[in-house]
Amino acid sequence: MSAVRTSRDASPGRRLGHAVIIVLASVFLGVFLLLPLASVFVEAFRQGVHAYLVSLHQPEALAAIRLTLLVAAIAVPLNLVFGIAAAWAMTRFEFRGKAALGALIDLPFSVSPVISGLVYVLLFGAQGWFGPWLAAHGVKIIFAVPGLVLATIFITLPFVARELIPLMQAQGSEEEEAARVLGANGWQMFLRVTLPNIRWALLYGVLLCNARAMGEFGAVSVVSGHIRGLTTTMPLEVEMRYNEYDYVGAFAIASLLALLALLTLAVKTFLEWRYSDEIAAHAPGGH
Amino acid sequence: MKIRSTLFAITGTLLAASAMARDVTLLNASYDPTRELYRAVNTAFAAQWKAQHGDTVTIQMSHGGSGKQARAVVDGLPADVITLALAYDIDAVADHGLLDKSWQQRLPDNSSPYTSTIVFLVRKGNPKGIHDWNDLIKPGVQVITPNPKTSGGARWNFLAAWGYALKQPGGNDAKAKAFVKTLFQHVPVLDTGARGATNTFAQRGIGDVLLAWENEALLARHEPDGDKFEIVVPSISILAEPPVAVVDKNVDARGTRQIAEAYLKFLYTPQAQEIEARNFYRPRSPTVAAEYAAQFPKVNTFTLAELFGTWRQTQAKFFADGGVFDQVGPGN
Repeated sequence: MSAVRTSRDASPGRRLGHAVIIVLASVFLGVFLLLPLASVFVEAFRQGVHAYLVSLHQPEALAAIRLTLLVAAIAVPLNLVFGIAAAWAMTRFEFRGKAALGALIDLPFSVSPVISGLVYVLLFGAQGWFGPWLAAHGVKIIFAVPGLVLATIFITLPFVARELIPLMQAQGSEEEEAARVLGANGWQMFLRVTLPNIRWALLYGVLLCNARAMGEFGAVSVVSGHIRGLTTTMPLEVEMRYNEYDYVGAFAIASLLALLALLTLAVKTFLEWRYSDEIAAHAPGGH
Repeated sequence: MKIRSTLFAITGTLLAASAMARDVTLLNASYDPTRELYRAVNTAFAAQWKAQHGDTVTIQMSHGGSGKQARAVVDGLPADVITLALAYDIDAVADHGLLDKSWQQRLPDNSSPYTSTIVFLVRKGNPKGIHDWNDLIKPGVQVITPNPKTSGGARWNFLAAWGYALKQPGGNDAKAKAFVKTLFQHVPVLDTGARGATNTFAQRGIGDVLLAWENEALLARHEPDGDKFEIVVPSISILAEPPVAVVDKNVDARGTRQIAEAYLKFLYTPQAQEIEARNFYRPRSPTVAAEYAAQFPKVNTFTLAELFGTWRQTQAKFFADGGVFDQVGPGN
């Protein structure tokens, strides 16, 4: 409230300043976010709804959509479990190398996605450390679905943990300790105390994790091998179609990814609106 | 009775056919501009194989810069056949023991079923007046070519420019080097593959001239907005021979040698040569070439062997780390 009052009380000169900043921010967002987003849909529907649906119905497009869903369906739950475990370790335990673990969790954010893909080629590629052993046992990782899943897990690893850590730090462990004193076992404590406290942050982390898992390009491009209909996820299929002069096809698939982004945003906004009190109560500094 | 025995015969044939027919998949790792070509070739080959052997063949494609594709096969991409932009990239795969080093002698015409050359694509009306290689280094001309380190087409571009300078009166290696160095000062972006470079030029509108595969330039001209461009044929260019090979180690592991070899031999048949010509690759078959002569501009070409020797020698001299390209490329 105080911020609103300040702007009302401000002199005309300052009000003008505020207006300029608001207009600047809006124009910036419009040019850099809304316009490109709109152009995706304009290009996708350039030749009408029928052409749009036809290009989405091609076997390669359907295969790319299925593969993207499969990769996300494996990577996101794993990172959900890992994210909770990592956040728990970071906020509930004191141990040697805790700072190092915190830095490691952030590593995928700071490393270029191309490198994230290449390390798996170096490890599991035919010339890589484990390549000959894998080949001898008929296990395919690179240029196959497992490689795509590995690269995606690596890239999306920080999302859940990074949402949970600040919240769990701020909440402290008093409620959990109380539950233990009252006789709850570890699992009961987690389900009835911890989980309800972190659920919205957790859901938000999962949403972001999923959006990135489905949208990742760089790392999966390195390990994919670009086999049409077999190892191409939606972002890779977009690039391929663009390179094949199939602009409607490229932007039709891009529009699905854009829809995913909009849906993520909508759910996030809904959560914040519907459960704002609860989120505020649990948010850092919200006590 | 007759009907019954006929029915038996039909059922019997169907059963026999279904018992013998297999579903086979092949993976063809190819370079960038062959997407449209192999889509058509694969359909034709699958139909022919089905008619002759009853098997259903699905040919999967992987496309990318030629050097990048060779690297992927070395790293374990299970390609049955590789159809790349130049012989060195297949040599590189052979060096890792995936196929025999004498692979280029296994099929006719240096294992290149089709050829192409390097031409210029300019904007409509040729506003910068580009007619030959020396026009590329005029002030204010921006040249689009991909990176020779990753793109096969770009290596042909580089060698075509070098060959032009070499063949000028008094031309020698030093003059060619100076010419190519100046040329690369006119290059604003280096894409990793030929198709990326075409998009940079055609879709994003960057640059005044695109050094392009002839097939890629002709294809861009035949796109819906192709009349925005013109093809310029330089006084001399290089005969590009994109080769094909079966990857021994992969076909033997997968049991696909017979069909993979048949697939590559199919590329030399009149039917496939026509498909190649229709996709703007120059067919080796004289009869098909004569039939499609009107489609291809007359180009005065030299071969790699005439000016540079083998691809191994060329690669070592020009494109290896510390080679000529590292001395004259962008940033020098």
